[in-house]
Amino acid sequence: MAKSKSNGQADETGPTGILKPGARAPAFTLNCTPDQKVSLSEFRGQPVVLAFYPADWSPVCGDQMTLYNEILPEFRKLHAQVLGLSVDGVWCHGAFAAARKLHFPLLADFEPKGAVAKQYGAYRYQEGVSERALFVLDGEGVIYWSYLSPLGVNPGADGILEALESLQAATRPA
Amino acid sequence: MAIGQSRISRLVLPIAERDHTLGAPNAPFTLVEYGDYECPHCGVAHPIVKEVLSRLGRRLHFAFRHFPLAEIHPHALRAAEAAEAAGAQGKFWPMHDLLYENQRALGDPDLLRYAEHLDLDLERFVTELAERTWEPRVREDFMTGVRSGVNGTPTFFVNGVRHDGPWDAETLSEALLATPRVPVSSMGRP
Repeated sequence: MAKSKSNGQADETGPTGILKPGARAPAFTLNCTPDQKVSLSEFRGQPVVLAFYPADWSPVCGDQMTLYNEILPEFRKLHAQVLGLSVDGVWCHGAFAAARKLHFPLLADFEPKGAVAKQYGAYRYQEGVSERALFVLDGEGVIYWSYLSPLGVNPGADGILEALESLQAATRPA
Repeated sequence: MAIGQSRISRLVLPIAERDHTLGAPNAPFTLVEYGDYECPHCGVAHPIVKEVLSRLGRRLHFAFRHFPLAEIHPHALRAAEAAEAAGAQGKFWPMHDLLYENQRALGDPDLLRYAEHLDLDLERFVTELAERTWEPRVREDFMTGVRSGVNGTPTFFVNGVRHDGPWDAETLSEALLATPRVPVSSMGRP
């Protein structure tokens, strides 16, 4: 399989700075628990939703990760794997996932800090956290849809579901 | 394939006959809340919505839809079904008020107590809860919320557009009056 080209080039990012549709999703392997790693390549052949978010423990009911957790059956119907990513460490992710009863992996983009977020153009250097950025990847690992939300606004799931359905329609013509 | 970078989340299902509503059906302004009976923020929002309704009077049509976050709120789905079961007996809003006024007591015995207090047909209420009669309806509310961009609870749609930011009575009232009217209500149409 062809190795991904260098990423973050001007032609691969839109006006928002995040990687745009058509760009190859940069490969990564990150810890989701202290002794478990997840590689993006494991999900080749199915759509993947990458949800970068600033931090665990956002102080509202139904934050972004909690919302996706409630909607997992819908994502499963569309054969999509959801991965949450932030710069929080594995112990923090573990406590957060347990408290919110999350049933999908949270990946620790922790060391080097934010390295994966930077490759996707989704890192805020001043604050040292990820943007609230969403990527839907096709089964070949190419970005099909991306969206950068204002940092304080949880984007919800409507855009992701629309993108996944549109992807499904595009890859399985009637 | 190109989907725009900037998106405004809009209510996909306008207020309709199916909804539980307060206020005036032909009002120029509409407010839709997606809420969860076990969510403390929704509990805070409960009297605020009443305040907004009293401020705008006949100019406002309000609908409440269920958005139970069942993984973090173990009683939320059941409570929503209880509200619907009460609604089937014409007592949605009295049950809605009781649930929000007693958010820490939403177990089955509590729900039964509220049904008794509201003088409901208890046999029917218990049967409908046991048979999960109203679960599909609650799920339907939930999915219309997901499709409309609900991003937590409570989420408000002011004149059909998701309201991001503070939702105190002042801010909500101003937002309702400031947004140009859009045709979001299908009620009263032939």
